[in-house]
Amino acid sequence: MSELVAIGNAGAAIRKANDEGRAGLVAYLPAGYPTIAGGVDAIKALVDGGADVIEIGLPYSDPVMDGVTIQRAAEIALAQGLRTRDVLSTVEQVASYSEVPVLVMTYWNPIERYGVDRFAADLAAAGGAGLITPDLIPEEGAEWIAAADKNELDKVFLVSPSSTDDRIALTTANCRGFVYATAVMGVTGARDQASDLAAPLVARTKAATGIPVGVGLGVSNGDQAAGVAAYADAVIVGSAFVKALDAGGAAGVRELTESLAEGVRREPRTFANR
Amino acid sequence: MTAVLPDQLGHFGRFGGRFMPEALIAPLDELTKAWQEAMADKAFTDTFEQMLREYAGTPSLLYDATRLSEVAGARILLKREDLNHTGAHKIRNVLGQALLTKRMGKTRVIAETGAGQHGVATATACAYLDLECVVYMGEVDTERQALNVARMKLLGAEVIPVKTGSRTLKDAINEALRDWVASVDNTHYLLGTAAGGHPFPAMVRDFVRGIGDEARAQSLELLGRLPDAAIACVGGGSNAIGLFAAFVPDVDVKLFGIEAGGDGYETGRHAATITAGQIGVLHGARSYLLQDEDGQTIESHSISAGLDYPGVGPEHSWLAETGRAAYRPVSDADAMEAFRLLARTEGIIPAIESAHAIAGTLEIAKELGPEATLLVCLSGRGDKDMDTAGTWFGLIDAEGSK
Repeated sequence: MSELVAIGNAGAAIRKANDEGRAGLVAYLPAGYPTIAGGVDAIKALVDGGADVIEIGLPYSDPVMDGVTIQRAAEIALAQGLRTRDVLSTVEQVASYSEVPVLVMTYWNPIERYGVDRFAADLAAAGGAGLITPDLIPEEGAEWIAAADKNELDKVFLVSPSSTDDRIALTTANCRGFVYATAVMGVTGARDQASDLAAPLVARTKAATGIPVGVGLGVSNGDQAAGVAAYADAVIVGSAFVKALDAGGAAGVRELTESLAEGVRREPRTFANR
Repeated sequence: MTAVLPDQLGHFGRFGGRFMPEALIAPLDELTKAWQEAMADKAFTDTFEQMLREYAGTPSLLYDATRLSEVAGARILLKREDLNHTGAHKIRNVLGQALLTKRMGKTRVIAETGAGQHGVATATACAYLDLECVVYMGEVDTERQALNVARMKLLGAEVIPVKTGSRTLKDAINEALRDWVASVDNTHYLLGTAAGGHPFPAMVRDFVRGIGDEARAQSLELLGRLPDAAIACVGGGSNAIGLFAAFVPDVDVKLFGIEAGGDGYETGRHAATITAGQIGVLHGARSYLLQDEDGQTIESHSISAGLDYPGVGPEHSWLAETGRAAYRPVSDADAMEAFRLLARTEGIIPAIESAHAIAGTLEIAKELGPEATLLVCLSGRGDKDMDTAGTWFGLIDAEGSK
């Protein structure tokens, strides 16, 4: 795959931010939380606050990669009867709201159940940019990879501090859009301490690929975002937005987004290593 | 060895594999390598066999259940796993994995448990081998099974109640996986059944396959031939795969897995995962599972906590799809009748899980006829189930209050 193709939809938005001398901001909220309509408003607030890429979470009954904040939001969304088609409708409403790329972050079973080809086609038709798949590794992802390529969707797989260089090479070769580097060995959720595992992982990942590398897990404020922005192409924030939504509604989400958007612009950076 | 499956990535046909976070993939590769090297190392397998023999009390008896046979109308042989230390087949798996944990140089073990049986077995193995032990247990289950919580604590384990999701077994597995992602450097996740991402289904099978290996040899000695059928209950499926593994190549031996039919399969309130026939991905592997139209996991229902799980090990799904083994549900009510029947005819109080296998055997005996010999895995003893049985049969209200 040529690098231009692998940059994909989300990658182009991150590279545009990088060209401005800053890291991109990738912002996550689950669909259907606190309600379907309220979720759409909250996600639009991410756009209004300056996020460069949007991730919409597909709530799932058994979210093994998520900490309590996102688990709870998913439980509430599902208890209210959220369906996969409501997630696609949320994507459609957010995608038509702006030019910001909209990805879906999802555990694998709901996609397999919906039908991989059918989901890829419906996501593309809704204006979605691709999928982030936290429990799908490329070795198990042949069907998704084919469907994504057919529909020109981004395929964001994850790399971890425990990934060997061989695995990083395999995973990045199958990514389109960006590579999601998990900053810590652990689940989603805000953390006080900066991870000392993230920077070496980003360096190893960049040695393997030219597509952007985003760092997620644990980032919750502008200072942390600025710290990660010093070495990553994009900063990924999730559970902090759920907390902001709980505390201050869509206005709270927008405020946090603006603060993080300021964080990723704070330190002058160079991109000599690219 | 008969096991040609799984393939290198853990696939049994289209089932199995690894649907796990990337953070766990390299550790799973290390585990696979450590397990394969251990199984090829005579020092490891000798130690494992010695522990099974001298600590767990294997080989377990093969018992010719003549009075039960009279009622059933066919000859029934019981593989007495209920007589093992801790009262179930599960000791085989926990000793194997705990010994492997030591070999890998890890010092901490985590486990999930539903009713507490696997938690108690794990806590036992950790006490025996001097390992730190943390058990995740759904909050609902910690309340229902306070005695097992006390057992685990007495054995030195820490029990963490899980307060998310349905607060039962599947959520305990989720929480153990979350712990493992953050602790894998020094921690082994001692999964309690032949499910999960590769290498767990194959590794657990190989640690419990002594059930079938012993029973096959014991049958040849007793009968001069193999039994006509081998029967076991299936929740996640560890005792069943442990029994079946030895017989899979013996094509004349029919294999039957008995699933939990709960209120009755037709009511929809059951744990009969394979019977329900929906394929998906849960807890790291592709297999049959109980799910709704959108792929969200559906809660299972069974009077037996050990069978009350919405998934099943991938090798069973493969055995079902290829037709090598047949799976059928048995309701709570039929299982409890078999529970009482075994107590009255043989003086053996089985685990309610194992009572499902007995109930299935009574049906299969009618189908195969009086000349047939049926080998049944009596996977555990019923002491833990006396509260449930007392309530079910009205024994506690009638006699227990004074």
